[in-house]
Order: sequence, then structure tokens, then C-alpha cells
Amino acid sequence: MARAVSYGGDDLNLEATELRLGLPGSDGHEKQSSSATVRSNKRASPDVAEDQSARTKSNNSIVSDAGNGDGDSAPPAKAQVVGWPPIRSFRRNSFHGQAKKTEGDGAGMYVKVSMDGAPYLRKVDLKVYKSYPDLLKALEHMFKFTIGEYSEREGYDGSEYVPTYEDKEGDWMLVGDVPWDMFISSCKRLRIMKGSETGGLGCL
Amino acid sequence: MDPMRKKDCHDSGESVRVASTFPDEVLERVLALVKSHKDRSSVSLVCKDWYDAERWSRTHVFIGNCYSVSPEIVVRRFPNVRSVTLKGKPRFSDFNLVPPNWGADIRCWLVVFGAKYRCLEELRLKRMTVSDESLEFLALSFPNFKALSLLSCDGFSTDGLAAIASHCKNLTELNIQENDIYDKSGSWLSCFPENFTSLEVLNFAYLHNDVNFEALERLVSRCKSLNVLKVNKNITLEQLQRLLICAPQLAELGTGSFLHELTDRQYSELKRSFNNCNNLNVLSGLSEVAAIYLPALYPACTNLTFLNLSDAALQSEELAKLLVHCPRLQRLWVLDTVEDKGLEAIGSNCPLLEELRVFPSDPFEEGIVHGVTESGFIAVSYGCRRLHYVLYFCRQMTNAAVATIVQNCPDFTHFRLCIMNPCQPDYLSNEPMDEAFCAVVKTCTKLRRLAVSGLLTDLTFEYIGKYAKNLETLSVAFAGSSDWGMQCVLGGCPKLRKLEIRDCPFGNAALLSGFEKYESMRSLWMSDCKVTMNGCRFLAKEMPRLNVEVMKEDGNDDSQADKVYVYRSVAGPRRDAPPFVLTL
Repeated sequence: MARAVSYGGDDLNLEATELRLGLPGSDGHEKQSSSATVRSNKRASPDVAEDQSARTKSNNSIVSDAGNGDGDSAPPAKAQVVGWPPIRSFRRNSFHGQAKKTEGDGAGMYVKVSMDGAPYLRKVDLKVYKSYPDLLKALEHMFKFTIGEYSEREGYDGSEYVPTYEDKEGDWMLVGDVPWDMFISSCKRLRIMKGSETGGLGCL
Repeated sequence: MDPMRKKDCHDSGESVRVASTFPDEVLERVLALVKSHKDRSSVSLVCKDWYDAERWSRTHVFIGNCYSVSPEIVVRRFPNVRSVTLKGKPRFSDFNLVPPNWGADIRCWLVVFGAKYRCLEELRLKRMTVSDESLEFLALSFPNFKALSLLSCDGFSTDGLAAIASHCKNLTELNIQENDIYDKSGSWLSCFPENFTSLEVLNFAYLHNDVNFEALERLVSRCKSLNVLKVNKNITLEQLQRLLICAPQLAELGTGSFLHELTDRQYSELKRSFNNCNNLNVLSGLSEVAAIYLPALYPACTNLTFLNLSDAALQSEELAKLLVHCPRLQRLWVLDTVEDKGLEAIGSNCPLLEELRVFPSDPFEEGIVHGVTESGFIAVSYGCRRLHYVLYFCRQMTNAAVATIVQNCPDFTHFRLCIMNPCQPDYLSNEPMDEAFCAVVKTCTKLRRLAVSGLLTDLTFEYIGKYAKNLETLSVAFAGSSDWGMQCVLGGCPKLRKLEIRDCPFGNAALLSGFEKYESMRSLWMSDCKVTMNGCRFLAKEMPRLNVEVMKEDGNDDSQADKVYVYRSVAGPRRDAPPFVLTL
């Protein structure tokens, strides 16, 4: 229920705030950018150099970034509006540098592969493979053998061959325990161990 | 016990016979079980007996605007309070719209509490100014003090934290969230005495300096009830692993940086430590994340209900792989680096999701921006039908998309959409976004909080006034065509409590149309609108129980009221207003 009140005084300037139809940007409204559908009402942040006179012309003054100054001209370039978008300051880290991981150099990641009993070694480019099954299938093909089923508990079950690798610390580790990306960054060489040698690894 | 004891109430000289079936002590006992402060307010209005019983049994008081009441009034009415929650500055101060030294200083409250609430145990502050001296006063004045939570506060340094750590022998909670703190050094953590064991909640995630890790490790080991631990970025993965061994019982964990290189053996140990954390419900942190280490987390994710990835710049595939392991997720916060594909993964993997917040990784477009679009939001709405809280930052949206989204998820209580370019229309039809918000308020009848954006005419506000009958909080920026818009909202939303407006063409007629409404609201904020000083003076004159405060910007026309903050108060005008705040 609106109370009947008289809004005395010219200073209330009610004409400027009267009901009107139509989109913002139509005639009679305060200064707008030239764009028909997009109205920019930007106030530059205090530390952006600005044209004082342009600011005092209207309430919601448009100020382009340093250089142009005149609010009436072309829509401002990406002038920062104070407090917009509404993100709190602790979130304003620039993530865009982090977001895309830097790709490694174009060169392949070749490691030696030895197989017990084979007369010579081979080399494979680990970057070509996307996952463990990919790599193991390729090795099976290369050396004409089969590897058993991998499980975290049992290692490789069902065959006398066990794929192992030497990591950066010089330890011989079972292939498959760590995530693939971690594996290819720490794998220095591969060795496919056979039968009697596998001892504890293949059949824990 | 006399079941029908008649009591005389000698109110204002009249003797009224009132049948009271309960002695006061029983009533107080019963009322002690009423926790919600809204219910307690209702209780206190029933009659004088109930008012008295309620005030004596009240142990927690919530003050949504620290200037709406004075500390003296609070302590006089509620003599037995042990826990106080106070909120200070207007919310737009989070976005630098309020100059520093505006006020909301805790000091005058603490002085009064120090005299009257000797048994104070908990203090939770939001957007207040807190000095080191105040923190020291707090630490020394309340021997039973247990819980301190500071959110978005400013004015203190780590020296103040050192005082708390040194003196609060019974501390259970130290929750320092997202504050503007002068981080001098991490040595405050070493101030906890070696025989101190009561800590249950420790959150220092957003402090910058290194703390002494050995001291932290010892603290975590001896505090057997530690439930919540959120460390800052400087804690490495290896250190995290050691902490997890000390505290496998954690329900909430905030990790440090997830980046430092691990050997394969260290990785396995980390994974094993996470495997032992069976109680984890909440996970956050993961700043500077190297995605290859994320699988170490998987064993701990089974019972996660809240996953806060807003510090982790994940890609869509990385998020998708992680979500497979989080079947019980109810609340999820992400960065828009996950893009629409990541949101599709959310839709596919999180059927129980109730809350989603998508933050912009590059709000000022300093790099090449991708982010999320309307498609991602739609994908989530198809997969997550229980969604009721959303905060979504994007660079493009359509009316049709929003209509689809609310059709899929009609139970929204909080709908906060931020199209980051001000006044941007529907990018396909080039129309204003009015119909989008029409769909929201028409369909989501339970809506309590709404933030609008994009190109909006008065029509949006007509719809809001007409349909949003449960709306309590409305945030508006760069929207509307005339006073009519704001008038519709003020006239149409009966439950409106907080209205915050910036850069809109609403003037005096709009401001003054809400005369009586403002007394039923917590506050009104209008900045860079068309309100003048005379309009504000008029409001102040007509409504003496409102505080009408204006902040002016230098160099602007004297008649313009640049920033207006109106709120109801029983404490009268502020006595601590700085020179740039004019109380009319």
C-alpha cells in the first residue's frame, strides 16, 4: 500500500526517473554507448586514469580506459569496472596460466625394452601409448608373448612373463601400479621378466 | 505441581489474570530446546511470560547487521548468552564497493561482552573489522572461550592469532576463512602450548606464510578430536601425507598444494594414507594441482558430500575421472577450466547433487578465455534433478536455456547467475534476458535468493514482483529501465529482507516507494543509481527508525547520492561513522 506523500522540491528530479517503456538506450536516457543493444555503464576503477569531466556528466558514467576519456564515443574497451564481476579478492588468482598444462617437447620418450632370453633389446616411444593396456599389447606384439591379467593384489596372473620398469630412483617396479602419466614420467627402461626370475613379483 | 496455577501479570499497572500451566523453570527448559532464532523470535512475542522465559534461556544470539542493535541492548535482554554471531559490512564490501575504515568494529561489542558475558564461548564474525588488540582482549577476557570463526574480516594480523593460540586453553575451533589479514609470519601456530589438546577445527587455508611444520604435526597428533583440518598452499604433498597419518579420523580436509614432485614410493604412501581416511565428508584445497596425483585421493572420496575444487584448475577429463569416485556428492564447487565437458561429466556422475558453484578462472580476461556456456548448465540440469543451489559465472546465456534448466530443476532455492559482461542480451536471439528470469521465478516457487544479470528491462522486475513470493535476497547490477522496476519488487515481494542494487536507473521515486517496507527488511543497498541527496533526506525524515547513510565519491555532483545504505535499527544512528559516511 503506497502512502500518499508529496515529493517536494525540484531536486528530486522525478522526470529523470519517470516510468518509461522501451529498452535502455532509447532516447532521453542518460548518455549511452553507441551500441544499440548493449548498454555499457561502466565506472573505471580508481587506479585507471580517467577523464574527470566525463565522470561528472552523468551518474552512471562510462569511462573508457586511459587514453580516450570521452564517455560519448565508441563503447569502452575492456575497462575494468569496480567490483565486477563480483568475485571476492582471494579468488582473483589468475588461473589461466595454470589451466593449460605445458606440453612436453615434441621429441618422443624412447626407452629400452629388454626381454629375458631375447638376443637384443628394442626401443619404444612411451608417448605413443595412451594407457597400460595399449603399451602391453604393443609389447606382446613386439616380442611375441602374452602377459597375464593385472590386478593390484596379484600382479600379473596367468603367464610366466611379468613387465617391470626401472624408475628414476633405480628401483625395479611392477608396471601398472602408479597412474599412467606418472609412469611415463618416471620410467627409464622396461624389462620383461620371465618365469623363474619373477619370483615374488608375478604371484604374490 | 499445581497444573492450573494462575499468575497475575502486572503489566503497566493492570492486573491481568492469565492461566499459566507451566512454572517458569519448566517453560525455560522446554524453550532451551528451541534452537532456530526465527522460532525464538516468534516465541518471545507470545506473551510476557514467554518473552522472559525465552530471554533467560537464550544461549546463542544471531545479529545480521551489527548496527541494527547496540551491544548494551543485547546483553540487557539476553543475560545468558554463550555464543554470538555478528555480521557487519554490507555484502558489496566483498567487491571493494565500500571504502576501508567504514566501521563494523568488533571492539565495542567485546568491551560490553567482557563485562556481561564472562562465559562467552563462541564468536562468529562475518565482514567485521577486528584488530589484534581485540583478539588479544578476547583471548584474555573469556576463560571458557572455545570457538572463533572469522569470515571476510579485516584489520588483524597473525599477531592476533598468536594471542588466541597462546591464551585460549579450551579452544576447540580456530576458523580463519578468506580474510584480509596481514600475514606477518606463520609463527602463530607454534604458540599453541605443548599440553594443548582440545582443538577440533583448524582452518588456515588462506594464510600465506609458512607455519612451522613440526609444530603443526605435533599439534595434529596430540589433538585426538581434530575433525576439520584445512592447511595452506605451503604444505607439500609429502607433509600432507604425514599429517594424514596423524589424523585419519578427519571429516573435513583442505589440502595444500598438490604439485610438488613425488617419487613413486611417496605416491604409493600418499595413496595408502588416503586409503585410511574413511570418514572424509568434505575435501577442499588442491591448489596448483598436478592431475597425475589425483588418483591418490580416490580411495578417500567414497563418502564425500562436499568437494570444493574452486582453487584447482582442473580440465574436463581430470574432473570426470575424479567424479567417478565421488558417488555421494551433494555440493560441488569448480572453476570454469573444466568447461562444458566437465559440466557434462557432473551431470553424468552426480545424481545426488544439490549445490553447484562454477567460478571464473579468468574473470578479467587476461588470457584466452573459454569457460562455461549455457550448454554445460543444461547438461547439469538434466543429470542433477535435485539441484537447488546454483552460482554460475559464464559469458553467454540464452532465455531458452534457462527455461529448460528450471524445468528440469524446479526446486531452486538459490539461483545466482552472473553473465560476466554487463547488459549482455541472449546471444542467440539478441533479446533481453527477461524471459529467463521470468521462467525462474514462475517455476521455482521456493526461490529465496536470486541474483540477476544480462540485459534486463523493467519486465524482469515485474515478473519478480509478481511471482517471487518467497524471495528474501535479491542482487541486481546494470539492469532495469526505470523506477518502475524497483517499485515492482518492493511492492510485490512480501518476504524481501535484503536488496542490493548497483548501477541501475532507479531513482528517488523507486527509493521512496519502499518507505514502510524497509522496516521489515534487514537492509537496502543502492550504489551508482539515480538517487539524490534530497531523496535520501526525505526518506530519513519520514522514517526515523531507519538509518539512511550516504557515501559520496569525490568529484561527483553534490546532489547525487552515490552509495546509499538503508537499514532498520533500534540503536539509532551510528556513533562511529567515519567522515565519508553521512547519516541523514
